[in-house]
Parts: sequence; structure tokens; C-alpha cells
Amino acid sequence: MQNVLQIVYLIPLLPLIGFLINGLGRKHLSKSLIGVIGSGVILASFVLSIWVFLQVKGGNTHEAHYFDFISVGSLKIPFAFKIDQLSSLFLLIITGVGFLIHVYSTSYMQEEKQEHFGRYFAYLNLFIFSMLLLVMGANFVIMFIGWEGVGLCSYLLIGYWFKKQEYNKAANKAFIMNRIGDLAFLIAIFWLIQKLGTVSYSEVFTAANLAKLSTTDVTVITLLLFVGATGKSAQIPLYTWLPDAMAGPTPVSALIHAATMVTAGIYMIARSNLLYSMSHITMDIVAYVGLATALLAATIALKQNDIKKVLAYSTVSQLGFMFLALGCGAYTAAVFHVMTHAFFKALMFLGSGSVIHAMGGEQDIRNMGGLSKKLKITFITFLIGCVAIAGIPPFSGFFSKDAILLSAFEKNPVLYGIALFTALLTAFYMFRLLFITFTGKFRGTHEQEHHLHESPAAMTIPLIILAVLSIIGGFVGIPEVFMHGGDKLGEFLSPVIATHAPEHPVSHSTEYMLMGLSTGLVLIMILFAWFKFRNYQRTEATGFGKVLENKWYVDELYDKAIVNPLNKFGGFLKTVIDKSLIDGLVNGAGRLVNYSSRQLRLLQSGQVGNYVLLMVVSMVLIFVVQFFLRK
Amino acid sequence: MPINYYIFLALALFCIGIVGVLTRRNAIIIFMCIELMLNAVNLLLVAFSKMHYLKNVAADSATTAGTDAQLFVFFIMVVAAAEVSVGLAIIVMMYRNIHSVDVNFLNRLKH
Repeated sequence: MQNVLQIVYLIPLLPLIGFLINGLGRKHLSKSLIGVIGSGVILASFVLSIWVFLQVKGGNTHEAHYFDFISVGSLKIPFAFKIDQLSSLFLLIITGVGFLIHVYSTSYMQEEKQEHFGRYFAYLNLFIFSMLLLVMGANFVIMFIGWEGVGLCSYLLIGYWFKKQEYNKAANKAFIMNRIGDLAFLIAIFWLIQKLGTVSYSEVFTAANLAKLSTTDVTVITLLLFVGATGKSAQIPLYTWLPDAMAGPTPVSALIHAATMVTAGIYMIARSNLLYSMSHITMDIVAYVGLATALLAATIALKQNDIKKVLAYSTVSQLGFMFLALGCGAYTAAVFHVMTHAFFKALMFLGSGSVIHAMGGEQDIRNMGGLSKKLKITFITFLIGCVAIAGIPPFSGFFSKDAILLSAFEKNPVLYGIALFTALLTAFYMFRLLFITFTGKFRGTHEQEHHLHESPAAMTIPLIILAVLSIIGGFVGIPEVFMHGGDKLGEFLSPVIATHAPEHPVSHSTEYMLMGLSTGLVLIMILFAWFKFRNYQRTEATGFGKVLENKWYVDELYDKAIVNPLNKFGGFLKTVIDKSLIDGLVNGAGRLVNYSSRQLRLLQSGQVGNYVLLMVVSMVLIFVVQFFLRK
Repeated sequence: MPINYYIFLALALFCIGIVGVLTRRNAIIIFMCIELMLNAVNLLLVAFSKMHYLKNVAADSATTAGTDAQLFVFFIMVVAAAEVSVGLAIIVMMYRNIHSVDVNFLNRLKH
């Protein structure tokens, strides 16, 4: 009998249908209908995902094979979906958080024109479709299709308000940065095909095949895959696109640039964990890059004044944490943090959307303040998100961040020290954001103050649900020291993720001490932020603060070092190669024909005598040629 | 009579025809010169035909081999007659339109 999981193709198919209906009917369907279709298909996928998750939990995993996508010689790449513990977990996150954000969007985007409203939901559905393809694919090629699909949707949604030139530039930046990473990913796929002749996970990750790869092969492939991941998941050196991606509508930032798409790189590395575990060099590089990104982004976030920019740098920083966990071999901890981060970061982005909505489009926190009185639900949910990300027990962020910190400590205490410092910065800048925005006196205009209001139910209900998830989401991965067998997530994922023996195992007392240390320091940081920012007054940044406010001038550096020379080179190609050489050749050919035909035209004299003479002469010539040149 | 005489005569007629076509401007004269060339060819055909026939008859008195060229001559004469009627009609129309039979006036396609 066929496996019941064979019908999983419905999960990505439904959003695709939603995309087609909304995309094609955007001029004819009413806004409410578009909202219902857009959210409805995701809800259906979510329900199916829950069913799939329960099946997988019951021990039923499946590789659904549909047809051969590419078949060249001995190389066969099937179009197949792999449903196992890892992908089913991601299915839940994507469709679950995706559904909440769709519902939120129906209200947030209400002021858009009907046509654009339809376009927005079509893109959003297409995004969910691509993301599902990415996590469900049973080989690297299907994953790559989804990988490109989410990149495209990200581009389309960042440039959603396409009338603003700078938004288009941000969209281009995101797309180009992603393409650089994608190139490395593609080369890694080719390398695998060259060495093993297959890209299916079930065939690549077998002991026999892995033994065929030399150490160099493994290192190169994993490094190339990691470069791909740095593009998609915004790590050094390709991270600068993510903060600019905040040009898109806020729900998009929540869904794509916080909860799902940017975690694709973590999914990819977690999926290839067997490969990564074979290369110590790559693991070290992943850990160091992740940590450096976490620290750099956290320092930048300290001085940002745009509510979404703070959250964006916070996302980059948290992604850095996840890569740190991957690099330390704690794949489960990384996936765990993906999950909890999806909850609290989506919550905070949606909360910031609610604030922006109430402020009538204002995003500068220096013009806010004292919003807690008017936006009670937003304030409370945002506070929960901040507490969760800061890592105070028993909120979800505590468990996942603690697992990461512990894995860092096991690898190298120096890594732990820097990671802990970054975690403290995280707590500080998140509460700085919270206090500046929600406490103190209102600093905006009177008009804005008058306009302040709590958002409608379609926006607050997703906030509340996400807040609840941010509180309880951590209980799936309680560390061993608190409760024996409490790490449900680790148990669940153990069939796909090889367990990893720590280099320096820590005793329970050390673990308690580390937890106590991080929690205590975080609390101190929060108090410090409270005293510093509860009555915030606008000040100009000076000295080092100015460097941070300008994001370490990394964008300027990239402009000088890469973008400007490239533009110059492009200009050279345009003026010299294209205008002079190519155009010269083309126009020259035209001119030659023109000139020669002008000369030949003189033969056409119009005199019958001339024609006859020509005829006779040519006939004589033909006879002469015939006569003399035959044989 | 040796075949050479026929060849020289035909050649002379043909050359006169060509020179006439090339040098004269009067359409009717050109026309006549074309007829001259045609008939030079006819003459040559008949002469060669007769020569071959006589050679074959000497070997076998019942044969008709070598006479097919004379049939060609009839074809050419028929076609030439048809051509003359069309050509003359064209010349008549030309005269009606431009009141002249000078071919050099027929250069309107150039412009």
C-alpha cells in the first residue's frame, strides 16, 4: 500500500494555487476575498502540516517520489519530497507563523489599493510555496529551486512599494547579495554531482558515499555551501542586505526577513550535518563567522534609531548565534533557536508594525515614547518578546540561547565569553528599544499623539498567539539538568541529526553556574537600560557611538571597494566596448551595405540599350567561361 | 555544298542582328534584328540537320535519323510568330502612349 504521506504535495500546492488565484484575479477580486483566499490556503497547509507532523512523530517518515526532474545519462535527479523530523518541524514553523502573518497582513495592508493588495498576497503565497519547496525537497536541486524562489519573493516584496527609488535599490541589493551566495551553492551542487553522481540526501548521506569524499572535497563543498548560507542567512560578509530589506512592508520583514527565509541557511547546514561534522576546518569557520556576525550586528543595533533597523540587526545577530551553534556541532540547538526565534522575532516585528501603524508610518523611535498607555496589548506582547530574546527563564529564548551558550562553552570557553557578551548586548539594545518606544514622554507631533490607537483584532490576535508561543515555546527543549528526558526536541530530531560528543563535557554544577551567571548579568543589563532610557532625551551620538550609528561604515566600505569599481567597469564596458566596438560593428555593416548598393544602383540606368548590352556581354562571358574553364 | 558556307552565312546574319539590337533605338528595327537572329539560328539548325541526315541515309536508305532539328525549326517559327504578335502589340501601345517608338524614352522605371 502506498504511504499516506504520498499526498504531501498538497502542502506546497495549496499556496501555489492561492498565488495563481490572487495574482491573476487581483483586479477583479474584492479585498476581503483576497485576504480569505490568501490566508485560507496557508491555514489548509498548516492543518496538513500538523497532520504530517503527527505522522512523523508516530514514526512514519517518507520520501515521496513524483517524477524525474532531470535525467541526463546516468545522472537522475528526481522531483521528490522528503518528509522526516527536520522538514516536518520546519513545515510547522513556516505554515504556522506564515498563517498568523497572513492574518495580520489582511489588516495591516488594508489601506493599499485593491490591485496592490492582491499583488501583495500573491507574492506572500508564492513565498510560502517556495519556502515549503526548500524544506521539503529530497535533494539539493529541489532545495535550490526553493532557495531561488524565496530569493525572488524577497526581492519582489522588498520592492513592493516600487515607486520609491531607494526601495528598489534595497531590493536590488538583497537580490545581488543573495546571488553571490547562490553561485557558491550551485558550485557545491556541481561538485557533489561530479564526485558522487547524485544529490539526493538519502544517497549522499550514506556511509559508503561519504567515505568516497576526500577531506579536501568535504572542506570545499561544505565551505561553498556555507558561503551560500551566508548570503541567504545574512552573515559576514554578505549581511548588509538584510537591514536594507526593511524597506518592505513590516509583515514581510517579520515573515521573510526574521522568521523563515533567513533561516534557510541554518536548515541547509542542519540538513547536511553529516557532511559538516566531517570537516573541522569548516566547523571552526562557521563558528567564528557566526560569532563575529553576532557581535558586530549587536554592537550596531545599540545605536540604531529606526525601530525596524534595530530588529533587523538583532535578527542578523541571532542568526549569528545559530551559526555559532552549528559550528559547535550543536545542530539541535541551532534548530531549536530557529524555532524560538521565529516566535519572538516575528512577534516583535509584528509589534513594531502595530506601533508604526499607530504612529501613521513613523519609524524613528526618537519621535515615540510613552506608547505603553495607548497600545497596551502591543506593549505587553512586545515586552514578552524582549524578555524572551534576552533569555530570562522560563521564556523560550532562555532555553535555546542557553543550549547555544553551553555548546560554545564545550567547544572553547573564549567563544563562550564573547557569546555571553553578545547576549548581554542583545538584552541591552532590546530593552533600550522597548523603553525608548514605550516609556517616558511622547516626543512626536500633536497630530500623531491624537492619532494613537490600539490596532484592530486581526493584528492583535496574532500578536497574542505569538506571545504565548514565545513564553511556552522553550519547554520542548528543557535541558537535561532540570528534567530528565526534558529535551523532547533533541529526541525528536535525533534520527536526522547525528549526536555529537562534546570536546570538554561540563558537569551539572558548572552548567547551573553558567545559567545563573548569564541570567544574572542579563537582569543587570536590563536594569541598566531601564535607568538609562526610561526618560530618554534626544542626544546626538559622538565618537564611537557615531561609528556604531553608521554601522561601522561597512556599507561605505563596500561601496568604495566593490560597488564603485564595478560601476566604473560597467561604465567602461558601456562606453568603450558597447558604444564603440559593438555598435561600430553593427553600424559599419549597415553602412557598408548602404554604400555598395548606392554604387550598384548606377547599373540600373533605365536605358534599354544598356540592358541589352549587359545581357550580351554577360552571355559572351558565360560562353567564354564555359569554353575555357570546363575541366 | 560544304557546311562552312551555311555557318558563315548564319554567323553573319546573327552578328548583324546583335549589332542592330545594340545600336538602333527604333523599336521596330530592334524587333526585326531579333527576328534576324532567330532565323540565323533556324538556318544553322536546318543545315546541320540536312548534313546529318545525308550521312545517315548513305548507311541506311530507310532511316529518318537526323531530321529532328527540322522539327525544332518549326517550333521556333511558331514561337517567333506568337512573339511577333505580342511584341508588335506592345510597340503599338507604346506608340499610342508616347507617340514614338524610340526605346530610350522607356526609362520611367528608373525614377
